[in-house]
Amino acid sequence: MTTATDGDTTSDAPASGGNATRRRLDAAQEVLFPTREQYVEVVAGLRDEGFEMCADLCAVDYLTHPGRSLPDGVAPERFEVVVNLLSLSQVRRVRVRVQVPATDAVLPTLFDLYPGTEAMEREAYDLLGVVFTGHPDMTRILLPEDWEGHPLRKDYGVGRVPVQFKGAPGPR
Amino acid sequence: MTDTTDTGAADGVPHTDTVLPAPVSGATYDEATGTGTERGLIIETSEGAQELFPRKETEADELRREAGAVLRLPEGVVINADDIDIEQSDDETMIINMGPQHPSTHGVLRLMIELDGETVLRTKPVIGYLHTGMEKTAEELTYVQGSTNVTRMDYLSPLHNELVLSLAVEALLGIEMPARSDWIRMLMVELNRVSSHLMWMATNGMDHASTSMMIYGFREREMVLAFFEKTTGLRMNHNFIRPGGTAADLPDGWEDDVTVICDTVLPRLDEYDELLTGQPLFRQRSEGVGNLSAEEALALSLTGPLLRSTGIPWDLRRAMPYLRYDEVEFDVIVGTFGDNFDRYSIRLNEIRESIRIIRQIVEKMPAGDYRVQDKKVTPPPRGRIDESMEALIHHFKVFTEGFRVPEGEVYVATESPRGELGCYLVSDGSPKPFRMHIRGPSFVNLQALPLMMRGGLLADAVVACSSVDPVMGEVDR
Repeated sequence: MTTATDGDTTSDAPASGGNATRRRLDAAQEVLFPTREQYVEVVAGLRDEGFEMCADLCAVDYLTHPGRSLPDGVAPERFEVVVNLLSLSQVRRVRVRVQVPATDAVLPTLFDLYPGTEAMEREAYDLLGVVFTGHPDMTRILLPEDWEGHPLRKDYGVGRVPVQFKGAPGPR
Repeated sequence: MTDTTDTGAADGVPHTDTVLPAPVSGATYDEATGTGTERGLIIETSEGAQELFPRKETEADELRREAGAVLRLPEGVVINADDIDIEQSDDETMIINMGPQHPSTHGVLRLMIELDGETVLRTKPVIGYLHTGMEKTAEELTYVQGSTNVTRMDYLSPLHNELVLSLAVEALLGIEMPARSDWIRMLMVELNRVSSHLMWMATNGMDHASTSMMIYGFREREMVLAFFEKTTGLRMNHNFIRPGGTAADLPDGWEDDVTVICDTVLPRLDEYDELLTGQPLFRQRSEGVGNLSAEEALALSLTGPLLRSTGIPWDLRRAMPYLRYDEVEFDVIVGTFGDNFDRYSIRLNEIRESIRIIRQIVEKMPAGDYRVQDKKVTPPPRGRIDESMEALIHHFKVFTEGFRVPEGEVYVATESPRGELGCYLVSDGSPKPFRMHIRGPSFVNLQALPLMMRGGLLADAVVACSSVDPVMGEVDR
């Protein structure tokens, strides 16, 4: 696993109501890069460390941007699942980024650790086609259940398919 | 609703839909047996149904979730489906559809509710009726155009959406913002919180059958919207807060307008107190209804008034201050019991706190620029275009190509009236976002509905849904 910290911590500018300008990233953004095998273990460890809440989970398709900067030792894959954990007690955020290959876009679910990821994982599946194994209800959430394709993938064209409703004859 | 203890077919409820059809037209599916292999086939071909199946067909996993046993269990404990009280047979329960067109669902939310008489057993929110692919759209728009898109997500607090996108873009750009733009943004966002909560007070009142509250809430909200119209040109979907500052400075005499709003709304909140807070009927309807515990709220990732109603003092304005929230005084309102009444009082008192913040902003508003003077990000003023060739070029570039944002990714969160509104932004160095994900608080908060409604009455389900305060534009995006 690889750890990286980016962002600035210069928010401790003097607290004045005057004209002082200041940079505004509120905290250093802490990012972890576990492999797919370490993923659940790492998140479970973070939960025990005091990250009580999974604030957000989403997926990104890096098909058209393969050369993104990643720390050494992390091989870029097409998909990336990004989990934002929040610790209310330590007032701290941590981001977990997992690489998911296109040929086998499968990741274990976090539902057993954070039940709040239920809808978020369904959204990631619906829009990007990353399947979360062990999820109790891995179905589409925003699109109709007979929709074909996953629109937030980069190879899903924009405006390629006209407005589609169930039962209406489609172009395909 | 009339007495529905009979079987679903005989009670005459128009929305009754006791026997759900097989999720797709797969003719091989056998309704009577509901064998697993057939289900598996259907799920493969249809990429999953969103239906609430009759109880005998529901898998243990799903039952476990619907039964409210969503909470993390101690290590090593496995849930046995037999432990959950599911003794009711299909004959005695019925599944009804509430929505997507229903006045109490605050938009196009569809709730599939399984009822035993009038008692709610299972609830499944079905969403997506308002999905317009705004995250995909965002990838086709430049950063300059982006706020036009996001402002339409949560249409009751559009300025919060614009703010979170702008903060994310500015974090990636690494630019320093002038003080006045921060304070203008805070003023607008707090006014927006007032209008959003007033709107909620109105609709919540209506769900409690208090139609006068609806009229009052809309009346007060109208004052705030009038100020928005004066400042931004529009009542909603303002596109006022943009990456790099705001679209314009505040209009002349804004202090008086804002003070009039504060002076009018504040005493009217006391009238609401008289109308609702002290009302025995209202209290009986809302106290002890839709309970949530702190553990449940944390496990389900609930934020905003839902989380605070369980007694957790978590407000991003206080905990992780953005803009200049560390320079104003306000209280974080916290409940105790996590019921509907707590959520009502939290929102009512948050209006008071917002007004307190607004009064401080009026006093402290500094002079200066309302947007950053970085020619690459901010278009030049109109007057400069006639005089300067460079200004014309910059203007042209900003509005055609847009500005380039350094490669990187960032997650920024703000406290919207509904909870944590986050923006995860990935840039590949081009003028358009590579990926923009909005973490909508209502989308996540909706997960609490099955838990809040379970075991309650159908009439309380309407109120519980209202107290989550879902805005479907943000849920579906």
